[in-house]
Amino acid sequence: MTPLIEVENLTLQFRTDEGLITAVEDVSFTLMKGEVMGLVGESGSGKSVTAKSLMHLNARNAVYSPESRITLHTDTGTVDVLSLRTPRELNVVRGGAISMIFQEPMASFAPAITIGKQMVEQLLLHSDMSKGTAKSVSVEMLDRVGISDATRRFDQYAFELSGGMRQRAMIAMALSTNPSLLIADEPTTALDVTIQAQVIDLMKDLVSEFGMGIIFITHDLGVVAQTADRVNVMYLGRIVEEGPVREVIRNPRHPYTQGLIAALPKLEDLDAPLTPVPGDIPSPLERPAGCVFNTRCSQVVGEECMALVPMNCRLDETHSVACHIYREAAE
Amino acid sequence: MSHSLIQASGLSVHFPIGSGLFVKQLLKAVDNVSIEIEKGSFFGLVGESGSGKTTLGRALLKAVPISAGTAHYDDGEVAYDLQDLDGAELKDYRTRAQLIFQDPYAALSPRMTVRDIIAEPLEVMGLTKGRAETDERVREIAARCRLNLEHLRRFPHAFSGGQRQRISIARALVSGPKFVVADESVAALDVSIQADVLNLLKQLQDELGLTFMFISHDLSVVAHTCDHVAVMYLGRLIETAPTRKLFGAPRHPYTKALFSAIPSLDPDDDKTAQKLAGEIPSPTDQPPGCKFQTRCPHAIDICKSQEPALETEGGHDVACHRWKELMNLVAA
Repeated sequence: MTPLIEVENLTLQFRTDEGLITAVEDVSFTLMKGEVMGLVGESGSGKSVTAKSLMHLNARNAVYSPESRITLHTDTGTVDVLSLRTPRELNVVRGGAISMIFQEPMASFAPAITIGKQMVEQLLLHSDMSKGTAKSVSVEMLDRVGISDATRRFDQYAFELSGGMRQRAMIAMALSTNPSLLIADEPTTALDVTIQAQVIDLMKDLVSEFGMGIIFITHDLGVVAQTADRVNVMYLGRIVEEGPVREVIRNPRHPYTQGLIAALPKLEDLDAPLTPVPGDIPSPLERPAGCVFNTRCSQVVGEECMALVPMNCRLDETHSVACHIYREAAE
Repeated sequence: MSHSLIQASGLSVHFPIGSGLFVKQLLKAVDNVSIEIEKGSFFGLVGESGSGKTTLGRALLKAVPISAGTAHYDDGEVAYDLQDLDGAELKDYRTRAQLIFQDPYAALSPRMTVRDIIAEPLEVMGLTKGRAETDERVREIAARCRLNLEHLRRFPHAFSGGQRQRISIARALVSGPKFVVADESVAALDVSIQADVLNLLKQLQDELGLTFMFISHDLSVVAHTCDHVAVMYLGRLIETAPTRKLFGAPRHPYTKALFSAIPSLDPDDDKTAQKLAGEIPSPTDQPPGCKFQTRCPHAIDICKSQEPALETEGGHDVACHRWKELMNLVAA
């Protein structure tokens, strides 16, 4: 397998009135071609910010550390994403080789322009298609994602479509430029469960058909279990655990991952009490020293948790965890 | 048999829409729903968006007008017929029935301190005789919701989602209600916090003898907290039973589909059992017969022409023409 995108030591801070706020700290991962990677975490864990960095899409007050590096491998060569400056250069990662599906499909479509016109517009921007071809490609994509009567839908506005339909149109739009990386940011969170199941099935089909890499951002471990090959668990801007999805869900090693799984209400066992992860996620202004999870961790091993940032410990070839509990095992 | 706090029968909420002079179209948000909520229970109401679950909750709080049917409230101290409640009695009912909102970020005024937010219902309803008494009641309910004195002086922006939801809960409970509608009260919270708020609600129910109507789209949350569950679809009640009965052996094809749509935590569990096609129809353009027939994999002719009535068997109600037949199919 060849790598599609490599993220190394990504650290990102936002300049605000209250000082620099660290949103992402020392995040590294590699996504292979055709792989689906889940990025899981609570609100404020930095998963969306990480994904947006891949498209260099963060707000102007974002400051990347000098060690941060994002390398995208395309058919025509490699791109150093963070060095891109002009809109023309950025086109490659914004809609060209990388597409993004957002959480709220109603807010992501322009309300006063038809769905079709928006689809054609981006095809004209990112390819040398004629208007006529762009239209037929768009209608074909709408049809492909299961929108019935695609020619009529092409001329409709976002408000005329239901929630599930809008998300399908969003997916069609994201895929029509034939990206090699698709970022899906909570694509099913705003949908009802029955519609969510339809969209998940659709995305699975599309992965096997188009073979692109997908980064699937979600807070729902069930959704990750059903879609991803590998998963990265984030907490307060750091990746705390990484591994194949089966391994991480069946055999979670980081106390936070264990807590997240224990907090999920399970249908198989209605008698099991619900066990919350104690405390609240700290404000990014008050990042704890040492391990970021130490304010809520029930398995603190000693002073090092409070003082030292835990290193990434490899448990085996594919599974790694950033926690002091496993330090000795790794050494 | 313990007695019921709320007993609704044939309850409907219709909203007139459109500006047509002669043609008045009706949006039937809740149509002919009969439910009974036992005193001290945790009653779950589930359904997709557009199923009418929020409207039903609000109708029982008398926050939207009831178009037809009756709803009877009886807490042992007073009894009201909600459909024609007004004046002083309605005011009194407001202290006895309260709502906890979904989004703790939108529900709290950013310009008021937490103390003022929690005290506001007492002041508006004139339930206390002075500031000292108000303060005492605020402190008492805040403590129950695990908020300390220091918290009361601050403004909502300083709090996390879980803490804000505890403030919302304290505000709803400060007037000493008997009946509380919690509308998607944990939907906006992170999983790790969600369990904490659910445990708090259960604890408060125990300590204060509350009756909850818990509205949610999340079946696993409902399964863990509620003792009785009702499923709604397009304004109709289609199935209701004690939680264990419903989750053990769902009877309505829609309920079954809802269960199989929950993404499983087991990556190898590829549930091909039942995936629903299509989406919930618009409430202004309802199909004839059974409301679920447009998406039901088992629909036959009778489903398209005749609306099924709610049938009761073994304390488990279901509105489906073919449920018995389908249950036997599964058993065979």
